[in-house]
Amino acid sequence: MSNNRVSRRQFLGYTLTGVGGFMAAGMLMPMVRFAVDPVLQEAGAGDFIMTDQRADEITEEPVRVDFSFEQVDAWYTSEVTNSAWVYRDGDTLVALSPVCKHLGCTVNWAGDEEHPNQFFCPCHAGRYEKNGQNVAGTPPLGPLDEYAVEVRDGIVAIGPVRDNTLV
Amino acid sequence: MLNKLYDWVDERLDITPIWRDIADHEVPEHVNPAHHFSAFVYCFGGLTFFITVIQILSGMFLTMYYVPDIENAWQSVYYLQNEVAFGEIVRGMHHWGASLVVVMIFLHTLRVFFTGSYKKPRELNWIVGVMLFGVILGLSFTGYLLPWDMKALFATKVGIEIAASVPVIGESIKLLLAGDTTILGAQTLTRFFAIHVFFLPAALLGLLGAHFIMIRRQGISGPL
Repeated sequence: MSNNRVSRRQFLGYTLTGVGGFMAAGMLMPMVRFAVDPVLQEAGAGDFIMTDQRADEITEEPVRVDFSFEQVDAWYTSEVTNSAWVYRDGDTLVALSPVCKHLGCTVNWAGDEEHPNQFFCPCHAGRYEKNGQNVAGTPPLGPLDEYAVEVRDGIVAIGPVRDNTLV
Repeated sequence: MLNKLYDWVDERLDITPIWRDIADHEVPEHVNPAHHFSAFVYCFGGLTFFITVIQILSGMFLTMYYVPDIENAWQSVYYLQNEVAFGEIVRGMHHWGASLVVVMIFLHTLRVFFTGSYKKPRELNWIVGVMLFGVILGLSFTGYLLPWDMKALFATKVGIEIAASVPVIGESIKLLLAGDTTILGAQTLTRFFAIHVFFLPAALLGLLGAHFIMIRRQGISGPL
């Protein structure tokens, strides 16, 4: 204990500040937690989704494979169709996300006539090698994301998306 | 009649000094277009405020019909624009006014810059002005999504990716704006709506208050 006596005025000041602080925190805490809920929600593990694409028809040339799934967006459930660029690399299949890593537009294989062996984003002319590696000097700063891919009964199944493991 | 009513209230509450304090102040000659026509550049700030008031009013009326839900948002905008009397006008005011506010802020900023009015002792007011500019851009960004058409959706996709490119906290900003790690959907629309009609306008009014109090406190900067 220090020798400074706490005056009545100080004591009341501390008490009121403390009580006020608790009341403010009690008011703000639920609201802040409410607002940041999406950040703290755990992501559900992705399942594999069957496509209509036969695996033995996939060549070394990337093809666009669509896959549909039921997407739950809070209170709104809908059937969503996404696509992947799938090609054969030796014994394995590779499925790349078409979402450009620059600003999220959709890339096409051989979309630019001058670069027939690259993915091309029409928005800002971003380009990627076949394995998803972004071409230096074009806008994207990273390689295309990759989907987990499986063959089930001869049919291509697309799994959760992850960072590119090929480059 | 009105005078008597005023006197009755004034006698009890002494309101004359209050409105005198707000409304009764000197307008120096060098900022008065009636003296020098070129002084119209000093009107840009007031015009920005005028259009902001129009935005607030027209926005309030738009929410009488607008629904921030992905199933109905576009339909409700279509309805209020095409079926409701003067809908095209009210939405037009909000639509064109939104661009005009940004233009007027820009002109106002240029005037403050070229007359050197940001210099001591008015540095803090410049800073508040920049914050106001940021709030207005935030209002423009969040309002753009609300009609929920293709243009709005994809512009927001790109805009959120730009926000996500901020170092370290980018992904959290994206998540707080979109409400979901991958989907730009139902939660994004309600969040943008809340930000557009409650959070940012509240910040806007607070900053505007500070902006005006500082002008009144310091007076208008002197002639060039």
